[in-house]
Amino acid sequence: MNLDYTPEEEAFRNQVRSWVSANLSPDWEQISLRQAENMDESMAFLKKWQRKLYDAGWAGISWPKDYGGRGATINEQLIFTEEMAKTKAPNLMNVSIGIELVGPAIIHHGTEAQKQRYLRKILSAEEIWCQGFSEPGAGSDLASLQTRATLENDHFVVTGQKVWTSWAEYSDFCILLARTDPDVPKHKGISCVLVDMKSPGITIRPTVQITGEAEFSEVFFDGVRVPKENLVGIINQGWTVAMTILMHERGTSAIGYQIRFRNELDDLIRLAKSHDHDGRPISEDPEFRRKLAQSFIDVEVLKYNIYRSATQIMRSGKPGPESSIVKLFWSEMDRRQKALGMEMLGLYSQLVNGSEWAVDHGKWPRAFLWSRAGTIYAGSSEIQRNIIAERVLGMPRA
Amino acid sequence: MDFGFTPQQEMIRNEAAAFLSQECPMPLVRELMVTQHGHSESLWDKMASMGWMGLIFPEQYDGVGLSFVELSILMEQMGAVLMPGPYFSTVVLAGLTLLESASDSQKERWLTPLASGNLKATLALTEPDGRWTVSRPRVTAERDGKDYLISGTKLFVPDAQIADLIICVAAARGSGKDWMLVAVDRDTEGLTITPLKTMDQTRRLYEVSFERVRIGRDRVLEGSHSALERVLDRATIALSAQMIGGAQRVLEMCVEFSKTRIQFGRPIGSFQAIQHRCADMLLLVESARSAVYAAACNAAENKGETGLLASIAKAYTNDAYSWIAGEGIQIHGGMGFTFEHDAHLYFKRAKADEFTFGDSNFHLDRVADYIGL
Repeated sequence: MNLDYTPEEEAFRNQVRSWVSANLSPDWEQISLRQAENMDESMAFLKKWQRKLYDAGWAGISWPKDYGGRGATINEQLIFTEEMAKTKAPNLMNVSIGIELVGPAIIHHGTEAQKQRYLRKILSAEEIWCQGFSEPGAGSDLASLQTRATLENDHFVVTGQKVWTSWAEYSDFCILLARTDPDVPKHKGISCVLVDMKSPGITIRPTVQITGEAEFSEVFFDGVRVPKENLVGIINQGWTVAMTILMHERGTSAIGYQIRFRNELDDLIRLAKSHDHDGRPISEDPEFRRKLAQSFIDVEVLKYNIYRSATQIMRSGKPGPESSIVKLFWSEMDRRQKALGMEMLGLYSQLVNGSEWAVDHGKWPRAFLWSRAGTIYAGSSEIQRNIIAERVLGMPRA
Repeated sequence: MDFGFTPQQEMIRNEAAAFLSQECPMPLVRELMVTQHGHSESLWDKMASMGWMGLIFPEQYDGVGLSFVELSILMEQMGAVLMPGPYFSTVVLAGLTLLESASDSQKERWLTPLASGNLKATLALTEPDGRWTVSRPRVTAERDGKDYLISGTKLFVPDAQIADLIICVAAARGSGKDWMLVAVDRDTEGLTITPLKTMDQTRRLYEVSFERVRIGRDRVLEGSHSALERVLDRATIALSAQMIGGAQRVLEMCVEFSKTRIQFGRPIGSFQAIQHRCADMLLLVESARSAVYAAACNAAENKGETGLLASIAKAYTNDAYSWIAGEGIQIHGGMGFTFEHDAHLYFKRAKADEFTFGDSNFHLDRVADYIGL
């Protein structure tokens, strides 16, 4: 048991660090603040940024070399993600869906032709992907999804509605789960297909979130024709593909969140010294000192939880259900941290970007609102607790 | 980085778990709870023959020379079975103090027998004010010719009545130092040891009164502030390791019970009200385990900032164990409130541990200092 990186790994860290500092444009900070009002601008920036990373061989660091990835070890993945987050570099726009979800699904379950056709363009951000999983009637109970894909000769015909689809308007392709056999138990009649978002019959309607941004959309499919060869894996066995995807959704990327929480905590500590609460600096209030210390403990414990989970992945080759602990931990602690930020700012917590009195361009109320998303997406806290109870603790099914 | 047990550490854990379930089962714990010293000499001898007392001490003092991580593994297993007796006082408190602060000849005199199980010892640190800081002890050591005279009262001293040697922190009068460490034999004249009646019956605490207890200069340890801090940081981590063992055992008891206890025609473990509580218990105990072993790794390698990691581990584990042990009673329902059931033994141990080596606020304040607030 040790928490040290090898000299080779430290050299790798330096390599990442110097590359990022030489290549990340300082404009990003301003652009990210305007994201709510100017999504096109930040999308264009992110696409360019990912292309740079791809050209330098940094995109798809976890992917096998055969598919244009770097084949990095788990420790190198942790280091890379840590360094990207430390320098406050933006997340790759294709990372959360293209690189972490679609890529592994195609690598594990796709045909050779699909691998050749799609994988490299995911890394280079030439093609952006979205995920068509959730539906109005299928959230936590994903397997009850109703979107139909009917095989007619050499095409599937897709009809139905998807919700909470991130970046749908900016996407070229969608990885879609649809029901191909309605007459069997719900997990056994689902297939996974790749849909060209320019196909006729697709309508996208943005969903405005509580933050005012419209990162999500509803996507309507009305008789959309999808070539049969776009099936991923075996027909009616799409649930297996979905499980591959959902497991990856809870992999090592959490270390990036951890560093972000640490950066935000450092900002809160700075705020505590520069702002007053009830007529004295926040940092002199014994109660706030303890709350900030508690938040620091949360952030550090998250780090060690992720390291243990990463060691588990390293030893067994894949993330286990224990990764639910990491997801549950970070999403719940994010809420506590952002609530603390609001409490520290008091009335100033009400001021959003655009007000000249706003603290840090209103990033705290925005982050506070965003903290309500993490406990819902990628398996809500309740679903994580179900997984922990049934699959880790072996309790009887509810 | 490899933040999991090595095969050797895995082996130590499995051996310790097997040994303790055989040699320190709950009926023995309950038997010892009502004895005078809460200690079994035969269990002690068996642990000594396993090399446990010498686990982390150098071979030159008859130790085994393993690291603080291995000690923490042992601690976790001892906490799981609520092992009574003076192991912690002897090995962690007195043993580490001797290792850090004693001269070579003092180590040969006390650490060598301690490491082989032939000497029991403890550290008398706290006083009636209940503080964990060492800055101004009220117990005094006064020069008297070539000797020192020790006077005053130490309180909450663990295992003092069974300890052969009591190491005492005393304010140094006329020596130019703020305080000093003195090693006193239990049966020295002027020393009175009175048992304290405590809620947690699995441990023994005492009032230790010194009335002009005369000791020679050969019993004064070198002791520096940083050396004593190192001991207290390691004791804090070791206690936290015991606590995660206890918390883990409570969770296991709850999960087992919830599978077999039928209400409304189904096992209560199939209700989400119980499932989600157990899931939260696992989250807390695993997170505490991450914090404790991160601190243990740091201590093992003398990395610096051990105090910060110890405080993180203790503050987190305090809250986790106390909550889990409370839920342990709740999930077992009425049975959990009976003396016959074991849930209350963990509940009481958790509360005792919470206030030992600093409560959560004590450690939060330390963390706040560390992060520059």
